[in-house]
Amino acid sequence: MARAAVQRRLNWLRARVLDNRMETPRVHRLVLDVPGWSGHLPGQHVDVRLTGEDGYVAERSYSLASPPEVPQLHLLVERLDDGEVSPYLTDEVRSDDVFELRGPIGGYFVWSVSADRTDRDTARRPVQLVAGGAGVSPFVAMLDHHRRLDSPTRMQLLYSARCEQEVLARDVLGPETTITLTREAPAGWRGETGRIDAGMLQRRTFGPAERPRTFVCGPTVFAEAMATTLVDLGHDPSAIRIERFGSTGEPS
Amino acid sequence: MSVLSRGFGRGRGRPADDRLPPGQYDVGSGFPVLSAGPTPHTPLAQCDLTVHDETDALRRWSWEEFRALPHEALTVDIHCVTKWSKFDSRWEGVAVDRLLQDVPTTATHVLAGSDGGYTTNLPLEDLTGGRAWVVDTYAGEPLPPEHGGPARLLVPHLYFWKSAKWLRRLTLLHHDEPGFWETFGYHNYGDPWREQRYSGD
Amino acid sequence: MTDTRDAISARRLDGNAAGGELAALFAVDLTTARSRCASCGTTSMIGAHLVYADAPAMVLRCPTCTEVVMRFASRDGRVLLDLRGAALLSVPMPVVSDDGSATADDRPRP
Repeated sequence: MARAAVQRRLNWLRARVLDNRMETPRVHRLVLDVPGWSGHLPGQHVDVRLTGEDGYVAERSYSLASPPEVPQLHLLVERLDDGEVSPYLTDEVRSDDVFELRGPIGGYFVWSVSADRTDRDTARRPVQLVAGGAGVSPFVAMLDHHRRLDSPTRMQLLYSARCEQEVLARDVLGPETTITLTREAPAGWRGETGRIDAGMLQRRTFGPAERPRTFVCGPTVFAEAMATTLVDLGHDPSAIRIERFGSTGEPS
Repeated sequence: MSVLSRGFGRGRGRPADDRLPPGQYDVGSGFPVLSAGPTPHTPLAQCDLTVHDETDALRRWSWEEFRALPHEALTVDIHCVTKWSKFDSRWEGVAVDRLLQDVPTTATHVLAGSDGGYTTNLPLEDLTGGRAWVVDTYAGEPLPPEHGGPARLLVPHLYFWKSAKWLRRLTLLHHDEPGFWETFGYHNYGDPWREQRYSGD
Repeated sequence: MTDTRDAISARRLDGNAAGGELAALFAVDLTTARSRCASCGTTSMIGAHLVYADAPAMVLRCPTCTEVVMRFASRDGRVLLDLRGAALLSVPMPVVSDDGSATADDRPRP
């Protein structure tokens, strides 16, 4: 069983858009063909670079939402108000458009079946994923990969979304996922509601005694609050890894 | 060889405007917040302002003493090295001339120091002659922490990184002491009209 | 961790955001490198460091004491790197396997 190569000099590659489809009203899924792509591990991200005809250049980072088993790369892009790049990627980009892409990036915020096969002691510890909004993107890759390879590692996701229409990647989420809706819930909703707090973490995530490996991803305010609360609940800070998505606005 | 993306561009109109230094664009009503580190939240009671030379503290104002100094209102254009310019920004503060008026000195340069460790250097003559202020009010309101409150330096004729936020200290020197960005490839002087963004410009 | 009360904190990122720029320069992933802070002596992974990325350059700060660990900028075909805040960097290096391909060394480390 081959491991994905993760160490190779990063060059800018040419990404061609295969599809741009609306996943939810605010988030589009871009499906990309990237010749020369070397493979990736779930959790890694890419840098996207856009050069306009006027010479203006902008770069942003996006988590890979597709698992390494899928040859096309999937990105989930949230349209940010006043954003410079995201409205272009969600509203403008169409099939056969091109931009530059560099990756895969990062070995800190990754989980893979092969790593767990190698390190049995760590593999006994469950994996807890905590996501805020579009921060679920790297976890979509992790869950999809986990299911395709039928991993025995226990994995759970606690996922905070504003409302049911904004829940991403429903085709990948399964019984391991708990969704909480923070703004409104549909009639008959029997899941969690409200922001994730200490009580919900205690109810819905692996407890400290199980020594979970925890990944938190979402806007900075969310991610830091989750990490702080988990530590307050007795989790080992060194077992918590965070990926911050910044504020909900792009830098000017 | 760059890959051009159809339909992408900044899309900001850039009419010829003699108020815009080269390479800048008008950010309009926005006021971007950029920082190299966390916002200090020092209690006001500890936010004093001092003037030093190489060896001694020469003057000190507590926050109340600073607030009691004569303040001026000013409206100026500001220019950030990240290319945005903001016209007609409104401030209130104390002229640096006023802070230094009773400080005899033969110093040639100043190192401005911020709460949190940021520094920036300027020739003394760029802080005097009515060219610089320590401001505590923006757009009629107390200067917010993310924009440098309670008080920041304001030097509109240079790139805005010279307008140190969270100002706590002005050190008068007989030599030039490059500061935080100046020691990292940014221009030592920073004149937006000569587009002095990086060292070597 | 510093508090998240204001616009600057809400925009801060972490070492993951520096991963692409650093890997482009170092040719290996640096997000799992361990860095000992020159100010407070605490060792943390680069991925856990705080990153302020909208100032003129990228500034990495120690997650324990928030002092500057690294400054990074790339422009005009050059990369500028100030590593004075890192007393020691310990970087996991890829293992080259028999077929010549490089893979991450997944073996557990102390």
